[in-house]
Amino acid sequence: MTIEELEQIAKTARQEREKYDFEVNVCMDLACASQGAGELKDALVKAAEASGKKVCVRRTGCMGPCSHGPLVRVDPEETLYHHVKQADAAAIVGHLGNQPVAPLQCDLHEHFDKQVRVVLENAGYIDPEKIEDYIARDGYKALLTVLMEMTPGGVVHRVTESGLRGRGGGGYPTGLKWSTVAKAKGDLKYVVCNGDEGDPGAFMDRSVMEGDPHRVIEGMAIAAYAVGASKGFIYVRAEYPVAVSRLTTALREARRHGLLGNNISNTPFNFDVEIRLGAGAFVCGEETALIASIEGKRGTPKPRPPYPASSGLWGKPTLINNVETYANIAPIVRNGGKWFFNMGSERSKGTKVFALTGKIANTGLVEVPMGIKLREIIEVIGGGVPEGHKFKAVQTGGPSGGCIPEEMLDIGVSYDALLKMGSIMGSGGMIVMDDTSCMVNVARFFIEFCMTESCGKCIPCRAGTAQMYTLLTRISTGTGTMDDLAMLEELCATVKETSLCGLGQTAPNPVLSTLKYFRNEYLEHILHKRCRAGVCTMEGIGTELANEVTA
Amino acid sequence: MPAFTPPPLPSEDKRWKIVNGTMRKNGFARHALIEALHTVQSSFGYLDDDSIRFVALSLRVPLSQAYGVATFYHYFTLKPPGKHTCTICAGTACYIKGADKLIAAAEKRLGIKQGQTTPDGEISLMTARCVGACSRAPVVLYDGQVRGEMTGEQMLRQLEGWASQ
Repeated sequence: MTIEELEQIAKTARQEREKYDFEVNVCMDLACASQGAGELKDALVKAAEASGKKVCVRRTGCMGPCSHGPLVRVDPEETLYHHVKQADAAAIVGHLGNQPVAPLQCDLHEHFDKQVRVVLENAGYIDPEKIEDYIARDGYKALLTVLMEMTPGGVVHRVTESGLRGRGGGGYPTGLKWSTVAKAKGDLKYVVCNGDEGDPGAFMDRSVMEGDPHRVIEGMAIAAYAVGASKGFIYVRAEYPVAVSRLTTALREARRHGLLGNNISNTPFNFDVEIRLGAGAFVCGEETALIASIEGKRGTPKPRPPYPASSGLWGKPTLINNVETYANIAPIVRNGGKWFFNMGSERSKGTKVFALTGKIANTGLVEVPMGIKLREIIEVIGGGVPEGHKFKAVQTGGPSGGCIPEEMLDIGVSYDALLKMGSIMGSGGMIVMDDTSCMVNVARFFIEFCMTESCGKCIPCRAGTAQMYTLLTRISTGTGTMDDLAMLEELCATVKETSLCGLGQTAPNPVLSTLKYFRNEYLEHILHKRCRAGVCTMEGIGTELANEVTA
Repeated sequence: MPAFTPPPLPSEDKRWKIVNGTMRKNGFARHALIEALHTVQSSFGYLDDDSIRFVALSLRVPLSQAYGVATFYHYFTLKPPGKHTCTICAGTACYIKGADKLIAAAEKRLGIKQGQTTPDGEISLMTARCVGACSRAPVVLYDGQVRGEMTGEQMLRQLEGWASQ
């Protein structure tokens, strides 16, 4: 495949689209599909055929505001319809070329206006199973340009220049990671994509893999060229069957078009990708555990160093990046590092995709420039807390993150600011809680998660999380004492300082952040046996749980 | 050293051929252990001693390692599932929207705890660590079909529907 051939495919695809007067795009992402988007699409196809109009009905990936689903967007007018039912198909097709169907029209200008789409630029515009759709929107152009015109060092330089930081949560500078792997000695190197989105309440990576799989593959191929790797693995959760099937199709199509395989674009560059299924272990998001899992072993982490960059998969230098990190690569190569560098805040560049969920009006996927205020995300883009309830906290970073209270909402989102608030950026889950959530119970929920997900290798995490869970259970059932609270705080410090991997080191964060901002709720549970949200039933009072020895 | 010959298939059951196919595709390499166990589970519904033993022998992996992997990962189950499976998502967004109440209601209705199957083998009650449909929380999967914004009533109706079949 040469650049000319690629342009020819793009041209043919565009000409194909010009044959139609209208495009009806149906969001078929999990949230919309669970509400009958599949049947809706069939009905739209039928209605389009019956109407005699030149209409192309296309399935697409996630359009964003999932709570308004099933969503349909009509182009070229860009009319967005929400809560569309099968019975509405005829009306939508009938109104093509006239005024839109008013009752179905969805006005979310504020929701969209604040967003900047880089990673999600194709989401909602392409059929994820058609490589031509991706190519027509400049897909694989970056890869071929890199192969033809850039040296591996030049690619690393461009990524470094962009200021991109790892989107998996840690925020390690991507360019630095790439240059370390590029400098590592060895003929055989690997590129791994971490698609083990274990953080409950986050689904950005799923949406990218399902809605725009070629973007991930292109990013991996560019990374492989830059660091000198010839083999890649995408590690995907088994809980995401659609993502697995879309990626499988995408890999097959990319191979068929000569965009993967040997001598890509008649250059000496060889690269191919294999999919590896996760099997439900949160710890496998940690890079050394993920490597163990790809090798077919139990997903237990190893002490670092050696870092995977020097000794990773089967002892070879390995580059591991998150799905969203790879998804940013092609646009950076196409538009230049400076373009990306100019977006975002001082030390966090570009955009970030968040999965906005919980007690909020517009749940779904949003992509915002770094540095945007949390308040804007929640109140303007998210539409605020519904049903007359009061905002209490927003949880970011999943079980490794923390709860951020109302008074911190005017701080701009960046890796460093979130860390300072006692939370982390994480992979991008953002869960809004209102006054019906008890913060002690929330902390207990996360500690229970970390306790069951602890791999058991190191004692602070294995035993510490279990003890923290017992203490939190005592507090939330009304049998906790002030001594328990002191011990809880001491344990948090121990587990944080002495655990082997990121899971244990960050497991106390939900407890520490709720203790910092919602200490009153803990005290009410202990001293007044009262849960202001009415979640904890205090059923432990007077039972043997009260006498259980914890230490 | 003689070339390695994989063990014979445990029985005539055609599903073993599918499992064997996965392992052959990976050149009977040790790192294909998780892939092979996935194929066993998707073909047979669960992992049992025979299947773990067969996979371990075929891939020349110590039995202890194969059993370790099978029990380490939550996705693998060593118990046969019921005819129907009701999986309640227990991810954070679902928890905030009241998944714990759904779990309690289902446990009460079926008389079993999460992770168990009714004595008649009809319904398994499972929980999941987030299926990625958080924007429609709380989410329940009926035989793998995702249904969002579930209320207790809707869920019980579905369970009644299965029970009356």
